[in-house]
Amino acid sequence: MSSDPLLLARAQFGLNIGFHILFPSITIALAWILFYLRIRIEFFNDAWCNTAYRLWVKVFALSFALGVVSGITMSFQFGTNWPGFMNKAGNIAGPLLGYEVLTAFFLEATFLGVMLFGRDRVPAWMHTVSALLVAIGTSASAFWILALNSWMQTPQGYEVINGQLHATSWMAVIFNPSFPYRLAHMMIASGLTAAFLVAGLSAYQLLRHHTFEPAARMLRLGVSIAALFTPIQIVVGDMHGLNTLAHQPAKIAAIEGLWHTERGAPLLLFAMPNGQTRSNDYALALPRGASLILTHDLQGEVKGLDEFGDKHPPVATVFWTFRVMVGVGLLMLASSWLGVLYLVRRRNFPNWLLRVYAAMTFSGWLAVLAGWMTTEIGRQPYLIYGVLLTAETASAVAAGNIAITLIGYTLVYGLLLVSYMVVVTQLARKEAKGKGREEPLPGSFGAQVL
Amino acid sequence: MTMQLDLPLIFAMLMALAILAYVILDGFDLGVGILLPLASRAEQDRMVASIGPFWYANETWLVLGVGILLVAFPHAHGVILPALYLEVAAMLVCLILRGVAFEFRLKASGWHQTMWNHLFFVGSLGASIAQGAMLAGLVTGFRPGPFFVAFELLVGAGLTGAYALLGSTWLVIKMEGDLHQRALRWAYGAVVLAAIGVAAISVATPFASAVIMNKWFAWPRWLWLSPLPLLTAGAFAGILISVRQLQREHSRHEWLPFVLSVWVVVFAFAGLAYSLFPDLVVERMTLWQAAAARESLMFVFVGTCVVLPMIIAYTVFAYRVFWGKARTLHYGE
Repeated sequence: MSSDPLLLARAQFGLNIGFHILFPSITIALAWILFYLRIRIEFFNDAWCNTAYRLWVKVFALSFALGVVSGITMSFQFGTNWPGFMNKAGNIAGPLLGYEVLTAFFLEATFLGVMLFGRDRVPAWMHTVSALLVAIGTSASAFWILALNSWMQTPQGYEVINGQLHATSWMAVIFNPSFPYRLAHMMIASGLTAAFLVAGLSAYQLLRHHTFEPAARMLRLGVSIAALFTPIQIVVGDMHGLNTLAHQPAKIAAIEGLWHTERGAPLLLFAMPNGQTRSNDYALALPRGASLILTHDLQGEVKGLDEFGDKHPPVATVFWTFRVMVGVGLLMLASSWLGVLYLVRRRNFPNWLLRVYAAMTFSGWLAVLAGWMTTEIGRQPYLIYGVLLTAETASAVAAGNIAITLIGYTLVYGLLLVSYMVVVTQLARKEAKGKGREEPLPGSFGAQVL
Repeated sequence: MTMQLDLPLIFAMLMALAILAYVILDGFDLGVGILLPLASRAEQDRMVASIGPFWYANETWLVLGVGILLVAFPHAHGVILPALYLEVAAMLVCLILRGVAFEFRLKASGWHQTMWNHLFFVGSLGASIAQGAMLAGLVTGFRPGPFFVAFELLVGAGLTGAYALLGSTWLVIKMEGDLHQRALRWAYGAVVLAAIGVAAISVATPFASAVIMNKWFAWPRWLWLSPLPLLTAGAFAGILISVRQLQREHSRHEWLPFVLSVWVVVFAFAGLAYSLFPDLVVERMTLWQAAAARESLMFVFVGTCVVLPMIIAYTVFAYRVFWGKARTLHYGE
């Protein structure tokens, strides 16, 4: 293992934040799905909603717990891993994090207790209001943390006094140029992650118990959300990319694997970016594709990496994480719209499609992780783009201590990730087994039962 | 604004409030976790049910405390947390295990469930000891050496005792029948541990710092400070008496040991705050030196004035919803 403290600190923080983001990606959107189910129970008295709610509130609680504990860890790691960041930018990062705790964490944590355990202690409407407040809390949390992250990508609204950053306009800090795009991109990403989780586990239940109505309903819901959101996400993602081109051209150059500034730059479908020779090996390219996407002009000029000296991110990593994200997105588009073909014709989903959905249960995680790696590694070598280098912020903590705790976190997170996936699957199986036989609906599942 | 608010002082008080709220609130649910091995499986479920609706929000006070340290005192944040690096990491791993064990033990089955039950206890105990070690480091100004490690462990045991005291007296309120009686017995043992812990910190802190020594023992200060240790001792005695009383006969005042335990924590905390004030890092950094820029503090202060009363209001609401004896934990359906 390397004994470079900076690298270890980055590995540790990356592990933690990468683990953490998995769970908010689910809970942000799943909270709204649960609120929707509460509304259906309350106003439409749908019997299947009760069964579905019972399973998904458990999945939510489990995801929430994992998000809380890894989030607490992160609040400490800002200080332990990046004291230079807090010293220089604490005046701006601190208040945004503070507002997240005040407006989001307490709200969601308190009303989750009521939502989970208060069903027989509060009136039904209060239970529904609790579900709403939890959903508002998870979304408010996303608002603040994405404001901070976006500010680190596209900083503005500050001045430098004695080497420290001071806010001059909080509106400019919060609503910085990349914030609206990043927020929209992440909220929709959460919607897709939750949609495929719902669809995947429901498909898994149906494969084992073909007549389990709640699973059929939830599958339809998941596929519908996915089919609606995937095209929107592609448009938003494109706008986000254009915004990045305007503010962080080095990141785009790395994503495109474009070493030299070019007119009519090609879109690389496959390549092995080579940092030594500063060129691509085994490139398979679509001529002028990148210029078309980025400048909406076949002859448009796109800046290459050579414009940025050594102040550009590691190319191969960003190049590939971006392609993984897009690849998963295209799979989501194809699978959800295949489902729509069956939905509109009111036909059952065939078993092979159920298997596809079951296989894609956690596909949202892959896209979210790849996307975050693209944008975060793509910001390197800066921590605050153009303002503060990551290397300037590292901790004075001994490498040995970081290494020990890194091993500890890796073991714990590994255990938790496996346990989470096993338990969520078990919950789905138990629920289907217990109820599937009680409510037989012969010969009908999928779209038909609607 | 013509009047200048002393924002660093206000935030120091808010941070103290958040940490005190954390120690009391997460204290009782960590305490219940520590006591878990003393009960049977069915009883364990009832014990955990009594803290089920609260633990998420209780732990959020820790995030608020650290959050204020981060927001208002970034310079102290950068000194304290790296100095307590291993203690913090140990606490975090324990809190992680405990927090998820809470959910997993309800949903897993077979040996899996047994494992999460054990981890719930281990996490609760480990987090308490680690927090004690952090406290030891804070009051002694982070001195290395074997003596210090021993002191860390001693304070860790003391804090574990205090949490067990809060946990057992909480169970006295929340449990019925046999478990109620056993919780009273556990409270006895916890009182002893907690008292040793409080005494250890009270004795060791002045020796760690001449400034703190002077603050407590210079004439005539010790005279008007003397009510604090006396009140603490009184609260300890009150716990013993009320527990004894409850063992003899059933009473409506079964909340009394818990309330007195809370007072013990409040008194001990007040003593610590007096020792440290106005330093955030003993003899190295005052709260004004550590403070963030004024415009940043003002921005958060405005939000805090609006939101904190709401947080307190709905926290009270949540505790009222789950008032009374705890039933076995189940998701409403």
